[in-house]
Amino acid sequence: MSRRGLLTGGALAAGGALAGGATIAATRAGRTGPPSATAADATLAATVGGLVEPFHGARQAGVATEPQAHASFVALTLRAGVDRAALGRMLRLLTDDAARLTQGRPALADTEAELGLLPARLTVTFGFGPGLYRAAGVDDRRPASVTDLPSFRIDRLQPAWSGGDLLLQICADDAISVAHAQRVLIKDSRPFATVRWVQQGFRRSPGVEPGGHTQRNLFGQLDGTANPRPGAPMDTALWVADGPAWLRDSTTVVLRRISMNMETWDLLGRTDRELAVGRRLDTGAPLTGSAEHDEPDFAATDADGLTVIPDFSHLTRAHVTDDRLKILRRPYNYDGVPTAEGHADSGLIFTSYQADIARQFLPIQRRLADRDLLNEWTTPIGSAVFAIPPGCQPGGWIGEQVLG
Amino acid sequence: MRTTSPNASRRRSAAILVAAILTVGVAGCGSSDSPSTAQAGPSASASANPDAGVLDIRDPWVKAADKGMTAAFGTLVNDGDTDVTVTSATTSLSPMELHEMAVKDGKMVMRQKQGGIVIKARSTHALEPGGDHLMLMNLIKPVQAGDELTVTLTFADGRTQQFRAVAKPFTGAQESYAPGHGEPMPGMSATPEMSMSPAS
Repeated sequence: MSRRGLLTGGALAAGGALAGGATIAATRAGRTGPPSATAADATLAATVGGLVEPFHGARQAGVATEPQAHASFVALTLRAGVDRAALGRMLRLLTDDAARLTQGRPALADTEAELGLLPARLTVTFGFGPGLYRAAGVDDRRPASVTDLPSFRIDRLQPAWSGGDLLLQICADDAISVAHAQRVLIKDSRPFATVRWVQQGFRRSPGVEPGGHTQRNLFGQLDGTANPRPGAPMDTALWVADGPAWLRDSTTVVLRRISMNMETWDLLGRTDRELAVGRRLDTGAPLTGSAEHDEPDFAATDADGLTVIPDFSHLTRAHVTDDRLKILRRPYNYDGVPTAEGHADSGLIFTSYQADIARQFLPIQRRLADRDLLNEWTTPIGSAVFAIPPGCQPGGWIGEQVLG
Repeated sequence: MRTTSPNASRRRSAAILVAAILTVGVAGCGSSDSPSTAQAGPSASASANPDAGVLDIRDPWVKAADKGMTAAFGTLVNDGDTDVTVTSATTSLSPMELHEMAVKDGKMVMRQKQGGIVIKARSTHALEPGGDHLMLMNLIKPVQAGDELTVTLTFADGRTQQFRAVAKPFTGAQESYAPGHGEPMPGMSATPEMSMSPAS
């Protein structure tokens, strides 16, 4: 799945020379290359900073892409009067920014051009909320399941973390690469939109664990074990396989901000924690197995006749075997500032990608909302849904199939 | 036309200073952050015409502006064996001038580039904030973010070349003007009309 490439030292140099902005410092200092393109830097860049994820393609990057360490999710609200033509101008600008920055080239008119030279697997993924289709007058092209979610009993949603017309999902293995891309994209968005919310999160940094490991959330749980396997299973779960051009190779995302109550979680012993999830904390194995990816045995009972995996456990409630019904979780942790009393502000930026929210996400979410013991320690405080439209080829722009 | 304080000019490098002076003027030419009333539809390409002949014009862009003045930038690449001189630039949206930034009486000023813009053989010439640029003197209609503007360059030998520049929202270095570090001197205006006027 991963089609990473290495940005060579030569490409780095070319990126610097091509950039109008980058030449400011370089030419005035009498140099022709980027300021720091030494051999030592090139070697370091090859390990993390110089890694490139493709931007152009039938499908947008940043979904099936192996999750990067840092993410910023930026939700924008379109300004009044921004219509189909204005959205076209906006998305052409933002697509150009993304196409350059993800490939290690500064954006056009980049005021901090040197920050654009190390993408660190930067991806920029565009999501369209229901309001964008309305503003453009193309509501007939909105995927049917991209609409406000029903409210759930467990929700304590805050407007400050909910909704949005346009999502910019910015991910990279380096926080500065994310910050610079966010700055560039927001600057080019300002004539068209205001910032509704920004959610920034993190996972393990590159090199900390071998690739492909399931990540732990801040409860210490492995999070994402049940994701569809890369390849055909993941493709089936994620991508719309046919239909008109604005649907084919599209997907959807549900983004929920889940506050995790570290204080009440602290009151639980290890056994109770494992029963709540239905998995071992150390290996992530189901309580009936020994390895993370063992199939859970929901019928197995203990000496008292109770099921080994409680039916209120997160595993039981969320379990799905059909790839068509699975979701891809690509979560990021957030860890805000503790209160004066030392109470944490921690949680999860939960992202669920699927071809059809109604078919895949909603049934799982309903089961979890009805009866998942983990709800005792977790609270959804934000929620938003977006279509992830198809990708584009060089010269094209994200959204052209929807708005063109 | 002067836009900065003596203190600032002592503390900053010339390059940064030039950028600050130019962009504070450009930024004032009209807010590009206002809601747009779209006219131009999306078009396929935001880059220069690859078929153009005399120069390779890379990454052309123009600062979006509602009215008044603005400027176009890009990188002019001369792959030929002889020098090329740009003698004028035109667009349907505004009269244009070729400008440069230069030190005059100890101050950075913007002025018309005498003799045109020369791109030496086998070399590259950047048109950039703080340096040479193509000045649009008086827009007859807004250049909105994401619009494309067609500019025609005329060379000393009479040849011409068109390119399309995409309009970028760009406020320049205005935000770096901390109190006491570059505010206009008393009695000097920082209005766009003043600061963008040719100094000579």
